Parts: sequence; structure tokens; C-alpha cells
Amino acid sequence: MSFSSKKALALGGVICGLVAVLLAYFGNPANMAICVACFIRDSAGALKMQQVPALQYFRPEIVGIVVGAFFISICTKEYKSMSGSSPMIRFILGFIMMVGALVFLGCPLRMVLRMSAGDLNAYIGLIGFALGIATGVFALRKGFSLGRAYETHKASGAIMPLLLALLMILAVTTTLFAASKEGVGSMHAPIIVSLLGGLAFGIMAQRTRMCFAGGIRDVILIKNFDLLMPVAALFVVMLIYNIVSGNFNFSFTAPIAHSQHIWNILGMYAVGFAAVLAGGCPLRQLILTGTGSSDAAVTVLGMFVGGAICQNFGLASSGTTPQAVGGTTPAGRVACIGAIVVCFIIAFVDKRDKGVIKK
Amino acid sequence: MIEIDARGLSCPEPLMLVADALKAGNDTIKVLVDEEVPKLNIEKFIKGKGKKANVKTVGEHYEMIIE
Repeated sequence: MSFSSKKALALGGVICGLVAVLLAYFGNPANMAICVACFIRDSAGALKMQQVPALQYFRPEIVGIVVGAFFISICTKEYKSMSGSSPMIRFILGFIMMVGALVFLGCPLRMVLRMSAGDLNAYIGLIGFALGIATGVFALRKGFSLGRAYETHKASGAIMPLLLALLMILAVTTTLFAASKEGVGSMHAPIIVSLLGGLAFGIMAQRTRMCFAGGIRDVILIKNFDLLMPVAALFVVMLIYNIVSGNFNFSFTAPIAHSQHIWNILGMYAVGFAAVLAGGCPLRQLILTGTGSSDAAVTVLGMFVGGAICQNFGLASSGTTPQAVGGTTPAGRVACIGAIVVCFIIAFVDKRDKGVIKK
Repeated sequence: MIEIDARGLSCPEPLMLVADALKAGNDTIKVLVDEEVPKLNIEKFIKGKGKKANVKTVGEHYEMIIE
């Protein structure tokens, strides 16, 4: 089945939306459902890279997404082991996406989930995200490039999917990993539901090339709305679910969110900017990892390290609760500004090789 | 004929190079890409511009002649 028509792309988005609904229904935090940044942070906690007691759980969704993309790309013969396009710059971009996401409190996927629940803070974040993407597009137009990736040893691209599968087996069969007793990390669907949901999400996201940054990027760059279709479909499915289940609340008070508007904008600005430079949002990096890109795998490692450091050094924001007003931390604000500065340096220093075009 | 070697470049660079080349008035463009996604994106894009791509597989990559 080809997924190039708008209808098929929307259908893929609907399936991903239904997966998110199921995961929330079976126990994942409602407006987190399948947040890539949150789940990488929790998984980093499970691996004891960070020690926040409430944020430790090895999320099978992350494994499922990568392995699902790995499986389907082998089936469709799209799997190709590639590497060598400035991996360490991509590591930094992965790190930056986590800093921005944890200042805002969510990756672009969760931003859309939060929007579908009526969280106005997420709409504020969207402004920053779109501006970040626009800045990235401007850099692309000025000739930004991280250079070529080359075909490499077949096994290189398989390492990350296999490593995550191995960790998944260890998570199920041993008590090696940390697991939260309370808080966000303790809220999760049964392992088998999470894993199957992740696999389905990974397969559909690979087929539709779903990318939250790419969707907006293509609208700005070539006025093409195709990549926005799966995202819009996912939003609509979640919106219906939230309205039917009574979760929809059009206000600035939402769970695990804060209302420091300027930082919601700047956090998502960093994510959008870095995502365009890296060639995809956090979700897309997981998918590309599954299809054999070692460069994307390095980006994902950057996200793991970024997630751990954000928690260990207090860069992550806190959500507003009935007891306390949440928000950014001084260290988080400094890191967010630093992340944006680094994005600008990367964007306007790395230029495309002139040898690409021969007359 | 202008030749664009877009192998291994991240999206959306291959597409942008083609778009720029068309804008610059090149009628025939040869593009090399090595993955399915940029190939599909370019095919879809040039269709909208009233152009056609002749694609063949050469070794491990695709060779597209756009005219």
C-alpha cells in the first residue's frame, strides 16, 4: 500500500491517533499518551542516567517505535545502513531538542496532544515551534547542510533497534531497571499494550513519514500540505476522544504544563529550529533510526543524554499543580537561550558542499 | 544538462536543490538520490510543475532524469 495520497496519509494519522487514545485509556498519563521527549526522559531514568524518583520507567513505546520502523523498512526494502552526516552536530541537536522540550514540557507530538485537550499553553508553544521551523527554513535557503551520509556496514544501522530490543527483554525479565512507584513514571499502560502500540505507531509513522517539524516546514518551504495531513488527522482523533471523554478543557490550567508564555515559546522555538536542522522532529529521529540511519541513532543518543542532564541539573520545568505554580528554572532558562544560540551557530556555519551540483 | 548529486543529503535538501535548479531555468536535470523518500518527494514536486521524471536504478541509487 502506497502512502503518498493525502487520504492515505490522513488514514495513517488516524491510526496513530487511535494508538495514542488506547495508550491513554490503558494508563499512560492522559495528555502525554506517547510523548517522545517525556518517554526518552523516563527511559533514561529507568537506566539510572537520571535519578528523579517520579520519572523512571522503561517505556516500551520508544522500543516499539524504533523496532516497528526497523521491521517495516526491511519489509519494504527501504532499510539502508547510512552514516557520516556530521554525527556529533546531530548529537548536539538531539540534546538541544530535549532541553527545549523539557523547558516547554513536551515534544512536538505532546504539544499536539496537549492542544487537542484544549491546553492553551500548548497553542502558545506552537507559535514558538513554527517560528523555530521558519528560522530553520531560512537557514536551509541560505545553503545550510550537515553534509552527506554514506552507505556503511549493514550492521551499523541495526545496532540501535537491536539494543533497544535487548533492553526491552531485560526490562521484562529482570529488576535491573528503576521504576517509579508514584508520579508520572508510575502511570503506564500494561507492557504488552505499550509495546504493540509503539510498534503500530512506528510502522504507521514510517509509512506516512509523519514529522511534526516536517509538516510545518514543507508548508513554509514549498507550500505543500502532505506531511501536515497525518499530524492534523492525529489531532482530530485526539480532539474527539478528549471531548467525548470529558478531558477537553480550553484553558491555561492543564496537567503537567506551565504558563510562562515566553518560555513556552522559546522552548519550542529551540525544538523547531533544531528539528529542521536535524532533518526531523524527535519522533522522526526514532523512525529514521529504525530505517538504518546511524546519524539519527546518534541524535537519539543525544536526546537520552539531554533528557538525563535536564533532570540531573534542574533544567526541566515543573508543571503547575493545585498546590503550586509550576514553571521554568533559572538553569533551564539559561540552557534554553544557550541552545538557541548554538542552533544559530550550527545553522549559519555549516554550508552545503558546492560539488553537489555539476554543470 | 545540470547534474545534482543529492545522495546522502538529509531531507529536504534534495528537493530544494531540484526546486532551485528548475527556478534557475534548467529544462533537463539529472538527479542522483539513494533513498525512497527524497525520490518520492521529488517526483511529487515536479509533477506539480508539469515535469516528468524518468527513474532508473543504478547500483545502489536512483538516477532521475527530469524534463
